[in-house]
Amino acid sequence: MSQPPESQPLEPERPFAEPWHAQIFGLTHALANAGIFTWPEWGTHFGAALDQALQAGGPEDGSDYYDVWLVALETMLIERNHADRDSLNDLRAAWTEAYLSTPHGDPVELGSEAFVDRGSG
Amino acid sequence: MTKKEHHEHDHAHMLLPSDPTLRAKAIETLLVGKGLVDPAAVDAIVDTFSNDIGPRNGAQVVARSWIDPEYRARLLADGTAAMAELGFSGMQGEHMVAVENSDRVHNVVVCTLCSCYPWPVLGLPPVWFKSPEYRARVVREPRAVLTEFGLTLADDVEIRVWDSTAEIRYLVIPQRPDGSEALDEAGLADLVTRDSMIGTGLAKSPEAG
Repeated sequence: MSQPPESQPLEPERPFAEPWHAQIFGLTHALANAGIFTWPEWGTHFGAALDQALQAGGPEDGSDYYDVWLVALETMLIERNHADRDSLNDLRAAWTEAYLSTPHGDPVELGSEAFVDRGSG
Repeated sequence: MTKKEHHEHDHAHMLLPSDPTLRAKAIETLLVGKGLVDPAAVDAIVDTFSNDIGPRNGAQVVARSWIDPEYRARLLADGTAAMAELGFSGMQGEHMVAVENSDRVHNVVVCTLCSCYPWPVLGLPPVWFKSPEYRARVVREPRAVLTEFGLTLADDVEIRVWDSTAEIRYLVIPQRPDGSEALDEAGLADLVTRDSMIGTGLAKSPEAG
């Protein structure tokens, strides 16, 4: 294997390397728990996204796993009319603005006006 | 992403997080705003996976199966129910199937589709389990892949590769190591490694500590 697994016993690697990994993992679980989609549906969709990423020249070591998960979650939500690209882009821009305008050390929050339902679903 | 709209801001402010961080926040804001998810539920899920579940759960299942033949029989007959007996369940209604190693058969688990994994007993999969390389190769050439994990099996040992799905997730019951007769259940559980329950390793021998 290109990435030889160290023989580590039970102490797991850090569960989530980045906070956003945890966030999209938790969101996906919450959506499945809420019946927005089933795990088999997610598996099929995510599996196809992983295949696509590999075909497009992605790495073979799994290092892009959560990047692909993020794309798959976005497209799954868009395909099912739970989200639309414009709203996601607007919210991303709103978060960017919030980070840039929040004094260092203060919690970064979005104003309540930031969420605009574009009425897709 | 143009930055020109931010020129008027004082750059003594926050460092801008990564693109995926911002996109993840955008998704959460949208879903919470639509009432599709409860942020507290998301936090609880992350907390559970970060702190409460992991391979120690599976190790307890395996150790019990080593000392209690009736439990082992129940585990092999209905993995989901037997794992739930020890308190390991939930995470959707997936079926958990336990497969036992013997002198003749060695089991190894993969998810060729994505990364389906027995969460309640193993927690989150290691990076290599999610890699395209492992997912493809362990099916084609399991013996070679296991050798790369440092596990060389005798030629007469049959290797069975189990492909997990969202519906069926497998846990390997490794063989109880020689020399472990004197250990109690907790001591036995300490011998059970994560990889031994995926099938890319064996349980530790007591002498190795």
